[in-house]
Amino acid sequence: MNAPDLQLDKKGRLHHFLTIEGLNYQILTDILDAAESFAGVTEQSVKKVPLLRGKTIVNLFFEASTRTRTTFELAAKRLSADVLNINIDASSTVKGETLLDTLRNLEAMHCDMFVVRHSSSGAAHFIARHAQPHISVINAGDGRHAHPTQAMLDMFTIRRKKGPDFGRLRVAVVGDIMHSRVARSQIHALNLLNTGEVRVIAPRTLIPADAETLGAHVFHDLNEGIRDVDVIIVLRLQRERMQGAMLPSEHEYFHLFGLTRERLAQAKQDVIVMHPGPINRGVEIDSKVADGPHSVILQQVTHGISVRMAVMSLAMRSQTTLNE
Amino acid sequence: MHEKAHNPVERLAIRDGRIIDPANELDEVADLFIDGGKVISVGEPPTTAWIPEEQIDARNKIVCPGLVDLCAHLREPGQEQKANIQSETYAAAAGGITTLCCPPDTDPVIDTPAVAELIRHQAGIATYARVLTLGALTQGLQGEHLSEMAALKTAGCPGVSNARKPIQNTLVERRAMEYAATFGLTVFLYAQDPYLANGGCAHEGAVATRMGLPAIPAAAETAAVARDLALIEQTGVRAHFCRLTTARSVQMVARAQYDGLPITADVAIPYLFLTENDIVDFDGRCHVAPPFRTQRDREALRAGVARGTLSVICSDHQPHEPDAKLAPFPDTEPGISGLDTLLSLTLRLVDDKVLTLSEAIERLTSGPARILDISKSGIGSLSVGAPADVIVVDPQQSWRVQPDRFLSAGHNTPFAGWELSGRVTHTLLNGSVAYCHS
Repeated sequence: MNAPDLQLDKKGRLHHFLTIEGLNYQILTDILDAAESFAGVTEQSVKKVPLLRGKTIVNLFFEASTRTRTTFELAAKRLSADVLNINIDASSTVKGETLLDTLRNLEAMHCDMFVVRHSSSGAAHFIARHAQPHISVINAGDGRHAHPTQAMLDMFTIRRKKGPDFGRLRVAVVGDIMHSRVARSQIHALNLLNTGEVRVIAPRTLIPADAETLGAHVFHDLNEGIRDVDVIIVLRLQRERMQGAMLPSEHEYFHLFGLTRERLAQAKQDVIVMHPGPINRGVEIDSKVADGPHSVILQQVTHGISVRMAVMSLAMRSQTTLNE
Repeated sequence: MHEKAHNPVERLAIRDGRIIDPANELDEVADLFIDGGKVISVGEPPTTAWIPEEQIDARNKIVCPGLVDLCAHLREPGQEQKANIQSETYAAAAGGITTLCCPPDTDPVIDTPAVAELIRHQAGIATYARVLTLGALTQGLQGEHLSEMAALKTAGCPGVSNARKPIQNTLVERRAMEYAATFGLTVFLYAQDPYLANGGCAHEGAVATRMGLPAIPAAAETAAVARDLALIEQTGVRAHFCRLTTARSVQMVARAQYDGLPITADVAIPYLFLTENDIVDFDGRCHVAPPFRTQRDREALRAGVARGTLSVICSDHQPHEPDAKLAPFPDTEPGISGLDTLLSLTLRLVDDKVLTLSEAIERLTSGPARILDISKSGIGSLSVGAPADVIVVDPQQSWRVQPDRFLSAGHNTPFAGWELSGRVTHTLLNGSVAYCHS
């Protein structure tokens, strides 16, 4: 499903990084191992390696982003690539230039890699399918579909904290699963890494149809859902959900699904708490938890850089041999 | 290729074909005789003195009424960048379709006799197929004010519809049905609750969940069918459900038919073959509205066609320019170009043992003709005295679907590469050759 062949080159190596789905344990582990080696680089005083010197990477963002775009930019710069940031208000493209026109124009500037964020599910697939074959496409989030680098930095964080054996871990994802590309990619990644149990926790209005088929146990009660878990991933709750009759109020959501210190006692003693950001304090998570001893939220951000360096360099490695 | 089809031949004999005329329960190898644009005899020539000017050898071929397509978007007026009446009626003739019915959601909308007449005039110039138009049920399809239905009926519209613009106000829908019933107009209903559909582009289920696509639940259709059925019962209007897609709504319609409600229903041919699983690659060619549903729904639609609950198969032809499909899946325009493949795909249902050959042809000829109320003039049949809309089909000839060879201006099809059989060799419209495959 979702064209794994589109992502991989003839040798089965990553060429595009569009979705976790369809990849395998080895590829994910390769990314995590590469990220581990780059983590050393980002901790040195001279934070650069020359792997992508002379390459041009375009951050093509059709949707606002601070964290993801800046960590991609830093990752590219630490690999010595040239970086071009293009932010396009999706509403203006509707009126004029099509996505394909934008793509053709950028290709004409001889770019080597596109990092794409777009509000439509499948946008990264579309660009990968229509871009010239030497160009690698990295999905930085498409609609509700996938956000694979976010999922990988989360896996990296879990592996660093809990060790490489995911089989003994119980992981809960709490919040708006329905609209979350992050949750979908996390669930796929956790399953490919053989996680013992994956849970999703939310009211029925925020759980997509047939959610079990994604490979997760569905819970509607937070206390029950986080009982004895090793990892809790809290998702951001968008304000729009109140308008769409998904939820009555932020107050009731926090009351039932907000992660508080008291509730955290249900989980394992050494539980880690993660959040892809940006945080709504007092809505999905209490500040005491977000800033507390179990939180690894800021480490996730740091890991984002080395994981994105890993993904970019692996995709470019495929490209280098493509040109040989 | 697009030169006008003029055929001065008055007397024509089609020899030794397998004549299948479901309206007259006829299936036999015989000769068909045409004179003055009408069918004059099947079997024996009308008199011994009658000598044909021209003959068509139909040995090993099927001779049947020209197909009646209950829904084809011709894109004219308003969207000529996609297609026009000339291009689409020619594609229809090549596909064996001699009568097309075009829904009212043109630009401008068919809510005045002038637009209906414009379309008929353009079709008259093209001369490849008979074009009927449905009138708008409400002005501008806005769902607020009734259209001038009596005038639209006088202008030749066999029915009225709000096309894919749902009427949100139930009182307006009730009044529109009552007003249509006043003039004996059939109301063509597209059942979809817009709130439940919520801007979605895929069937709500495991596939849309995986792909993160905004989804349309089956209830968007069944809730609308239930509401429509209640209003049909209340008003007594004759109604036709267009393009049903779910197992449950087929069941609801069958039940209402059993209860004696004056309703019929159809299905569009792609829904008898494709399911939600076909969109997994974000393949915009499979973006249709309403969306392809589950395997179970597809089987129920096939069973509904077999039982006759769904008495018509139509193309739901929606030609697009290439750009319309060159975007991420949710941003592509929905719809499939279907004139070129309607007949062959329907014949595939015979191979799949869903329908007999005669039933398959019935769903494409007399079935839709009855709903458009043109069967009384003989269209959709080979009755003596009927307009000689006749096609000759070579059922054995197989062909590979190649979109760039489509005669429709729209090359958007998910069936590219499929091996199908059945090709039209001759299409006669009023006894004149509208298409001939040499």
